[in-house]
Amino acid sequence: VKVLVVGVSGAIARKLAQRLLGAGHEVVGIDRRPWTKAPLAFYELDVRKRAAEDVFRKTRPNVVVHMATVSALDLAGEERHAINLGGTRAVFEYSQEYGVQHCVFVGRHTFYGAGPDSPLFHREDEPPQELNRFPELADLVAADLFAATALWRSPELTTTVLRLCYTLGPSGAGTLARFLRGRRVPLVLGFDPLFQFMHEDDVVVGLALTIERRLRGVFNVAGPQPLPLSNIVREAGRQPVRLPEFVMAGMLGRFGLPKLPVGALTHLKYPVVIDARSFANATGFVHAHDEIAAIRDFRRAFP
Amino acid sequence: MSGKKRSFASDAPPSETHERGDEPDRPMPNAAEAIDRLEIPFNALGVDPYGISKAQLRLALSVFEVFYRHYFSVRTRGISHVPSRGRAMLVGNHSGGIAIDAAMVVVSCLLEMDPPRLAQGMAEKFIARTPFFGAWTSRIGQLPGLPEHAERLLEDERLLLVFPEGARGTAKLFRERYSLVDFGTGFMRLALKTGTPIVPFTVLGGAEAFPTIANAFRLGRIFGIPYFPIVAYGVPLPIPARIEIEYGPAMLFSGTGNEDDDIVSAHVGKVKGAIAEMLGAAVARRRGYAPDSDASR
Repeated sequence: VKVLVVGVSGAIARKLAQRLLGAGHEVVGIDRRPWTKAPLAFYELDVRKRAAEDVFRKTRPNVVVHMATVSALDLAGEERHAINLGGTRAVFEYSQEYGVQHCVFVGRHTFYGAGPDSPLFHREDEPPQELNRFPELADLVAADLFAATALWRSPELTTTVLRLCYTLGPSGAGTLARFLRGRRVPLVLGFDPLFQFMHEDDVVVGLALTIERRLRGVFNVAGPQPLPLSNIVREAGRQPVRLPEFVMAGMLGRFGLPKLPVGALTHLKYPVVIDARSFANATGFVHAHDEIAAIRDFRRAFP
Repeated sequence: MSGKKRSFASDAPPSETHERGDEPDRPMPNAAEAIDRLEIPFNALGVDPYGISKAQLRLALSVFEVFYRHYFSVRTRGISHVPSRGRAMLVGNHSGGIAIDAAMVVVSCLLEMDPPRLAQGMAEKFIARTPFFGAWTSRIGQLPGLPEHAERLLEDERLLLVFPEGARGTAKLFRERYSLVDFGTGFMRLALKTGTPIVPFTVLGGAEAFPTIANAFRLGRIFGIPYFPIVAYGVPLPIPARIEIEYGPAMLFSGTGNEDDDIVSAHVGKVKGAIAEMLGAAVARRRGYAPDSDASR
């Protein structure tokens, strides 16, 4: 099978590409970030540019995996919005145009939103909630919902929308891993939400299974049980610094804290936990690393 | 106070209901031991999939245990009616301003049952947004009261603690303490949908422990809580009244949960009736043993 990975230079996307190569698939990659000595046909370009369409036209992939969305931690404002919506639109348009059989949108579990009234263990049929608390999440939510419209707009194209929980592991990539990079980790005083994450190697296995089984539909992807954030911080060998919410809101973008919208703090107050049973049932996915092993591997790489 | 207690201990006729698995001499375990025997899948860090923390549970329930044994001198009857495994719903009356009754029911299932079980209540929604309190209640298994949580816990074969009167129940004033306000129907639809047996229970003494004379609803709104309970003696702390908990025989209703309101309401009426009957008997018993207990306060 010929697989095109969009956003292939990301840590998890690279691992996926290597795994697919190892399994004997032909892999092509697109990313605007460079990947020197890429072991595959790599095109350094933006998926929204005309040149990307040429890649679709020339290589005629059977499967496209879209991993080129960005979170508020990566980019602010307009550009993030343009990448998430424009990129997703381009991926699906080209997929329909150039005879792709299976398109996988790799989204995030933060789709469901965090808030005091949102339940634990969200199921796939639940709508996004609490967008008013964190409006900067809207472009990712819209990209997820747009990707899902391909299920009825292009029935001939098998579409999978995955909502992945956070990842942890030796690469230190991902929202949670980057939050935990520093020696001291800020927590909102008086709150200790459950965080759900899985080992990055398990994510790769889950993505490979999605391609192998040609999964169709919307699926939450998670592995082991969630943990309270304070437990994660402690197990990662970090020092929790508990700050009142208003202090933390004022500190965003300063003192080594990432410049995040204030709404991001709701994700440090309330949990986003998903129910991933239907993904496990559909693919037979079982995680190989439990939550403690995932933290341990991250800690080893980032002591 | 002490006179009343003594008369209860010495004059009480043998009870016809079950007492602690019919083994009254078996020494009660302490809360910490019981928590170690809970059949809940804690991970290596002592956290379960819902975020219940073994350490927090030990701390909280060891404190509640002191209240259970020594402060409120709780007496529990009919504990054998609570299934030792599998999904079940404890449904009872609410009273006493703050949810002392819930805490004591949780302790009774932990200490009196063998194997011990953790009753998981559905916390009022304002709690989740309250700093510290929200995180703490979640860590000890009392999740925010959302239907999704209740259903999931039952599907997971847990023991659910439900007060269908909700905050209107704890808002009862002292003089209304033995009455029941309207029951919600959500619990019954859920029980029908999930095939869950309902164990009716009554708590007597919650209002004596926390005799509310009025509720300041406007003050509560300022603090983001449903109401602020006011007690005659000023300080909103419970007084050491005797609390009695009684569990009745389990009731199983069959259905899908999608029945018409009048059918569901009729089922709810049966549960409410069972609770009202137990409550009436318990009140008569209490008045019989300590005739002036009401007049004295």
